[in-house]
Amino acid sequence: MMVTIEVNGRQLTVKQNLSVLQACLENDIYIPNLCFMEDMPHPPASCRLCFVEVAGMQRPVTSCTVKVAPAMVVKTDTPAVRRLQRSGLRFLLSVHHVDCQNCPANKNCELQRLARFLKIGLKPKHLENHLQDIAIVENHAYLTYYPNRCVLCAKCIHACRMSHGHSLISFVGRGFNTSLSFAGICDFEQTACNTCRSCADICPVGALVLKTACER
Amino acid sequence: MTLNPNLQPLQLFAMDVDPFAKDEIFISGLPDYLKQFDRQRGQLIPILQKVQQELTYLPAEALQAVADYLEIPVAEVYGVATFYNQFRFNPPGKHQIKVCLGTACHVKGGDIILENFERKLGIKEGETTEDREFSIERVACVGCCALAPVVLVGEDVQGHMAPSKVEGLFVRIQVEKEMAQRKKKRHETGE
Repeated sequence: MMVTIEVNGRQLTVKQNLSVLQACLENDIYIPNLCFMEDMPHPPASCRLCFVEVAGMQRPVTSCTVKVAPAMVVKTDTPAVRRLQRSGLRFLLSVHHVDCQNCPANKNCELQRLARFLKIGLKPKHLENHLQDIAIVENHAYLTYYPNRCVLCAKCIHACRMSHGHSLISFVGRGFNTSLSFAGICDFEQTACNTCRSCADICPVGALVLKTACER
Repeated sequence: MTLNPNLQPLQLFAMDVDPFAKDEIFISGLPDYLKQFDRQRGQLIPILQKVQQELTYLPAEALQAVADYLEIPVAEVYGVATFYNQFRFNPPGKHQIKVCLGTACHVKGGDIILENFERKLGIKEGETTEDREFSIERVACVGCCALAPVVLVGEDVQGHMAPSKVEGLFVRIQVEKEMAQRKKKRHETGE
């Protein structure tokens, strides 16, 4: 069944089960997002970037968790929405090692794109840069992980689960100390990582990087 | 809770045995021990709590055994265990050093005290020395903020801690240990 919704004054006719975010992206209306993946049954809504205003709702809502409904009126670029998105991105950048020249994701980085779209600098002025002690994790045979580049979007965990049935990587710790871990991954599974690469491919910021032949 | 009958006598016997061997015996019996729990994901935290109660900490082998039993990836077990403060991954030392970093102690420089202990013992917060004599952890509040900064060495509260007092604490522990040894020796020889 199709549903008609209004986004920024435009009438869109979309499938019933879509989230507002999906409906907008499919119709070329961009909403900033980092952690959203189409095949996720329950979006984590953890990046706090895909806010929109929906008429009748008191505050801006994350568009990935709201399903389209008939006669819904959505606005994606109100000042309140932009303020939330800018704050969210500034917080992400405040725990990010901004060193684009030496980053393989340079010019192909979701954070750079978002900063340009939201018109904010990559080094937020009013927030202290808070980095983790461990800058590089190299205990995996084929992958290098950079905690200070990671935005903790969990896309890699989902991608890994999709291609292996269960995820070989997971978050450890919490708060500022949260990072990815390859704990308990056996040699056989590491060998599988050499041909899979789905986590490194999906990483939006170059936090998971495949090792080159000479690095191994 | 019933212990695995095969394990119980061994464990009691092992009271004086070297702690490393004691842990190994328990870990090798883990697959049987875990059978008392339902094989459900929801049992993960209760299982980890029980295993930690028995072992006093969660070594990597134990996490592996729990993951195998519940048929979930080790990564997930590790992720859950590291999320909660109640789980520890290093055995507690014979003398547990707990540095208070509650508000009052923090203001009075508790982090400097912590750093001093870390440097003195060559381990980080949450770790244990190789001989399992000392372990360091940070706690939120001991309940005697008037004495800030506070450190607990075992059960003893050390108030008004200062970096200069760290050395003295270890000397005292050493002296007490030697005195206890001499007393034991005297007792054995019947003097």
